[in-house]
Amino acid sequence: MIERSSTLVAPGARWWSPLGRDERLWFMVVLVWALAMFLMIFVIWPAIGDQQLTFSSYRTDTATFKAAVDASIAAHQVGELEGRPVVAPPPGDVYLLGERFQFTPALRLKKGETYRLLLSSSDVQHGLSIQPDNINFQVLPGYVSAITLTPKQDGEYTIVCNEYCGIGHHLMVGQIAVVP
Amino acid sequence: MALSGALRNAVGRTCGVTGLFVDRSSERLIIVNAVTAVLWLATGGVMALLIALTRWPAVHLISSPEWFYRLVSAHGAAMLVFWILFFEVAGLIFGGTILLNQPMVAPKVGWLAYGMMLFGSVAAAVVVLSGHATVMFTAYPPLEASHWFYLFILVFAVGALIAVIHFLVQITRARITGRIRTLPLFTFGLVVAAILALFTLASGTAALIPAWLARLGVIETADPGVYRLLFWGFGHGAQQVNLAAMVAIWYGLASLMVGARPINEGLSRLAFLLYVLFIQMGSMHHILVDPGLSHWARGINTSYFLYAAVMGSMIHAFTIPASVEVAQREKGHTGSLFAWLRNAPWGSPGFSAFALSFAMFGILGGISGVIMGGIQLNLIAHNTLIVPAHFHMTVVAGTTLAFMGISYYLVPLITRRDLFLPGWAKVQPYIFTTGMLIFGIAMGLAGHWGVPRRHWDISLSAYPFAAGTFDGPRIQMALAITALGATIAIIGGTMYVIIAAGTVFLGKRNDVPNIGHVDAGAFAPPAPAAPHVGRGFEAPGTMTLAMTWLALFVVLYAVSWYEFSSIQWGIR
Repeated sequence: MIERSSTLVAPGARWWSPLGRDERLWFMVVLVWALAMFLMIFVIWPAIGDQQLTFSSYRTDTATFKAAVDASIAAHQVGELEGRPVVAPPPGDVYLLGERFQFTPALRLKKGETYRLLLSSSDVQHGLSIQPDNINFQVLPGYVSAITLTPKQDGEYTIVCNEYCGIGHHLMVGQIAVVP
Repeated sequence: MALSGALRNAVGRTCGVTGLFVDRSSERLIIVNAVTAVLWLATGGVMALLIALTRWPAVHLISSPEWFYRLVSAHGAAMLVFWILFFEVAGLIFGGTILLNQPMVAPKVGWLAYGMMLFGSVAAAVVVLSGHATVMFTAYPPLEASHWFYLFILVFAVGALIAVIHFLVQITRARITGRIRTLPLFTFGLVVAAILALFTLASGTAALIPAWLARLGVIETADPGVYRLLFWGFGHGAQQVNLAAMVAIWYGLASLMVGARPINEGLSRLAFLLYVLFIQMGSMHHILVDPGLSHWARGINTSYFLYAAVMGSMIHAFTIPASVEVAQREKGHTGSLFAWLRNAPWGSPGFSAFALSFAMFGILGGISGVIMGGIQLNLIAHNTLIVPAHFHMTVVAGTTLAFMGISYYLVPLITRRDLFLPGWAKVQPYIFTTGMLIFGIAMGLAGHWGVPRRHWDISLSAYPFAAGTFDGPRIQMALAITALGATIAIIGGTMYVIIAAGTVFLGKRNDVPNIGHVDAGAFAPPAPAAPHVGRGFEAPGTMTLAMTWLALFVVLYAVSWYEFSSIQWGIR
């Protein structure tokens, strides 16, 4: 005989009983759904998806990274956008620096080409949020995220900082223009 | 070792309603912790209103970004940490002493913990509001917060740790002295919460100490990546504590309101055990788009071990309403598939708060969390408004409402006063939930459309090339509706604060306080289950609801992947 107990009093000595028909069915359904979500993340999407979160990262120091950003700007600057340099790098490594309160430089990328975005911060943590596509990465000082990007649609994308970085946080923007 | 009758009367009393032994030290500590919690809720609620009205672009109430960010910092700490933890300590004292019919082991330790938490919380809030730690409650280094901020938060955290250890000592003593054999499921859930809290508070301490020392100049820097890993072991770990405490309260209120007896005690305990074993690993979903750890470390922790814990929640999602359904059917509500639900005591705030908290947490909070906690889909959610939308559905619509529900019973019983404004209490859960529902959906949509969290001015008007990014009518509309929902919820919250504080200070003294409807079976000893007739399901209504919920989950999961796949960028 199964004994059941209010949750506010101690159950009797024999409180373990086999699962009933309801519980067995629900438990199996839950197990299947948990496995399905796991397979989606580790098997199905890696096989079919164009967007993967497999980017790598490495440590750096802020001076080294800033020097690389400056070198990239010096080599590939094509103009200026409201106070920040515009850079049109060839496919390959592209540098982007978050610093209070600006993303530097503005990038001009070619549609269909593949770039390795090297992303870091020279001061505090920032958030790289590419709008309107809503692509979001955390930016940490001392670390470089190396993200391989292939723009498939031309247009102007605004970068918004979405990690609080200080009193001017809401002023911090940047731009990626994708040209045909 | 049972206390003799005379000794019991010297240190406490017998509750006129439940027959439980109420130790005087426990009683006082529960009252001070609960009152402090409610004061923090009221403080955080005022800030919530100011923040919501600022994020409504057409109103943009607070004209100083400095003050806006101060208020967001203080709101996060007041609500996510102070309100919740003071209330949880009150709950732990109740579950560890009164519910087990035993006096408190060391009341002085209880007061020490309370004193540290009170001092730490008030001092930290003063530091934040005076502009010395405008760093959000997350305080990511190397942002510049006053070193006092870290110290005061550490004092609070150590106080909370002492309270948790005190509770575990209570439980262990009851077990060693043979006062209890198996814990009531409600207290078992609290023990799970306390175990999670040990890990959580340890992780938070490990994150904050280097950040504190770096601000003092003792060490050069606190690594920002390591800080985020350890901080979220605390920041989200604390929400796992809330989850376990809230589920325990759901079980408790279901028993109190309709005499629910879990359909399978073992399965419910197994589901709690899954939390202990796996849920903390899921906290790594905060760093899914961070540099630092490998794809595999992030993915396995969040998509496999977290799902083991999600299974725990999905088991509770079935067993709790099923136990309500079976209890209601045994009372004769068998007319149709949902007669048990229609005839539930919806006019009792304990039941409505439980049922609404359960539904809001499960449908909005739980599903959104599992979806955005996967490694790929996090890319379109991280740091947008969908993140606070998610955790307001779990911590506010879920945990906070459950806490409100149980306090309508706990506060009168502990203070021996009649509930203040019982008519308000009947409608309060509905008003609060209506506001949170509107708030959560609108804010979630704004986040889905890319609006960042923790942001004073999304007009981005300082730079013409960026201005207008978020000016579309759907975003403007969503943010206006968010503020509207917040306002309604804050009205509901204000009603709760008035009822709770009114009961403590103005309620009519009554040795047998009138707490409204309570089921006769709530404190009855275990009894054999009624024989299950027929070959069908024992809880067919719950099975129907659970399958419908799962279908919604599957649809939202599929829609999220579709949205994700339509990003016009190849990303690797």
